[in-house]
Amino acid sequence: MTIWNLLIREILHRKLNFALAVLSVMVASGTLIGSVTLLRIYDINTRKLLEQKQAELEKRMAQLQDDTRKAMLKLGFNVVILPKDQNLSDWYAEDYASKYMPEEYVHKLADSGIVTVRHFLPSLQQKIEWPEQKRKIILVGARGEVPNLHKSLVKPLVQPVPPGTISLGYELHRSLGIKVGDTVELMGRKFTVHACHEERGNKDDITAWIYLAEAQELLDKPAQINAILALECLCIGDEGLPIIRKEIANILPGTQVIERGSRVIARAEARTKVEEQAKIAIQKEIIAREDLRVVRERLASILTPVIVTACAVWIAVLGFTNVRTRREEIGILRAIGVRSRKIMVMFVSRHILLGVLGGALGFVAGVLAAVYFGSAHEAAQIRMIDMDLPWTGLILASVGGAAALAVIAGWIPTIVAARQDPADVLRNDN
Amino acid sequence: MLEFKNVSKWFNGTQGKVTALKGVSFSVRPGELLAMRGPSGCGKTTLLLTAGGLLRPSDGQISLDGQDPYALSPEMRSRLRGRTIGFVFQQFHLIPYLTVRQNIMTGSLAIPQKEASVKAQQLISRFGLDDRADHVPAKLSTGERQRTALARALLNEPKVILADEPTGNLDEDNAQTVFGYLGQYVSDGGCVLLVTHDARAAAHATRSLQMSRGRLVEQIDDTGEYFERGKK
Repeated sequence: MTIWNLLIREILHRKLNFALAVLSVMVASGTLIGSVTLLRIYDINTRKLLEQKQAELEKRMAQLQDDTRKAMLKLGFNVVILPKDQNLSDWYAEDYASKYMPEEYVHKLADSGIVTVRHFLPSLQQKIEWPEQKRKIILVGARGEVPNLHKSLVKPLVQPVPPGTISLGYELHRSLGIKVGDTVELMGRKFTVHACHEERGNKDDITAWIYLAEAQELLDKPAQINAILALECLCIGDEGLPIIRKEIANILPGTQVIERGSRVIARAEARTKVEEQAKIAIQKEIIAREDLRVVRERLASILTPVIVTACAVWIAVLGFTNVRTRREEIGILRAIGVRSRKIMVMFVSRHILLGVLGGALGFVAGVLAAVYFGSAHEAAQIRMIDMDLPWTGLILASVGGAAALAVIAGWIPTIVAARQDPADVLRNDN
Repeated sequence: MLEFKNVSKWFNGTQGKVTALKGVSFSVRPGELLAMRGPSGCGKTTLLLTAGGLLRPSDGQISLDGQDPYALSPEMRSRLRGRTIGFVFQQFHLIPYLTVRQNIMTGSLAIPQKEASVKAQQLISRFGLDDRADHVPAKLSTGERQRTALARALLNEPKVILADEPTGNLDEDNAQTVFGYLGQYVSDGGCVLLVTHDARAAAHATRSLQMSRGRLVEQIDDTGEYFERGKK
């Protein structure tokens, strides 16, 4: 007879106590391993998702580049018509003309029968001091598009500012706390705010738009404009701009024509914008998943110790129950000369055994449950091989940790058993 | 073999000091079955546990096989107990999930021995338990249980058997059987300290002592009046 024989027979005799203790260890170990595996599955899915999105983006960008190239071949481009005496260096520096031309030029152009231009947009622009707010702004007077009477009517590209109203760039309305519908005063005249634009990151942010005739009055430039924007000019091929220049020069000899933004730039800008948006979407996805991971990690870091502690308490309770049930048995063993150290070894071995069993079962249950629920929740098939986890270490940690947990939880009952005074049991016999 | 010299044992309880043994002196020699008789609560079990190295006396000295068990460390005392003493109790104290054979062999947990299974089989045969060897205690009669307990006590070939009311739960036939085995053990050179209130024990004892209220007394006349030893 050995302590091991005694241990095995006792376990077989008190199966329920042992099974409940194994179940506790299994729950503790399963929770821990399940949490680790679930987080791993989440990471794998995040990586897969991002790889998929990145691949989609690259594919989309390649497609877009081709589409844009083809589309731009057929699309028109924009030109600005400026007074002939306008110094272009000043225009490029200020982005508005300092010379003026009659407003009737735009009507002359629209009535001319020119077919290469679809939209005409006259404007009067000037950098001014907004006296009421004491700040420099760009004031733009615009009247909307002048229809090309020799072409079929198309939907205007730019919406006009109605008379008596003002539209403000982002920096102006943000810094002044102005909202749509407010009334503002500009150079002694009151305007109702028609629109507050979103941030554009250029001079538009410090620009105020009003109706052209009102701008001409305020700037004392009656019937004067300093630019006509011609949009969607339809000349195919590299010879487009010279053709338009020539046509406009014939109609308006007192002007000069420059291209506003080349097709290459437009194409690149379109591509960049799409790419940026896609990258922002991916970045948002990364952040959202990282946030969710932090939440899950935090939940696991709270829930796991709670469950492990509860299981440890339960193991200790079962340990005490076992010691109490075996009080007489321990008493007689001690009486016949079995040393307390052997009693201790018997109880520690019992806890190691239940820890190893519970740890191994918990490992299997934890991984399987995590794979099942993780796959269901993430709507993806996870293969064990994809997880790239240190399985050997995890198994050892699970089994060893569970055995340690069981021994620690059962330590006090073990000590109680080993120190039990046999005389107490035997004296109460009679 | 076993000697008590002026041994006293008291307990400090919630209601003050309770004296269980008071100046008890006696000895048991090899080949002797000493019956210690007395009513319930007179201190018999305390005396037995004190003799077995399980309950340290408050005063006095005990010698077991020439050694004071209470001068030894707990581990050495356990070893001495396993080697020298066999216990038999009224309630048998068999381990419920072990068979007769395994219960008998639990003695080898204290003193490991290579031939434990051979010895166990010999004891099984000697105590007439062959057809019960693989049964658990719940399947045994009370007589079989006590014989199993007696066989367990004998596995390590102890020099002393301390028996606490071993026939308390047995019928006449089984009680006679147990006394017979104890008598045989004494004949083979062993010694037995038997504490009991069973009057039948006197017939099997080589010597009887009477206990009353923690003291040893002896019967000196037919009136049944007891006097403290040494104060006749």
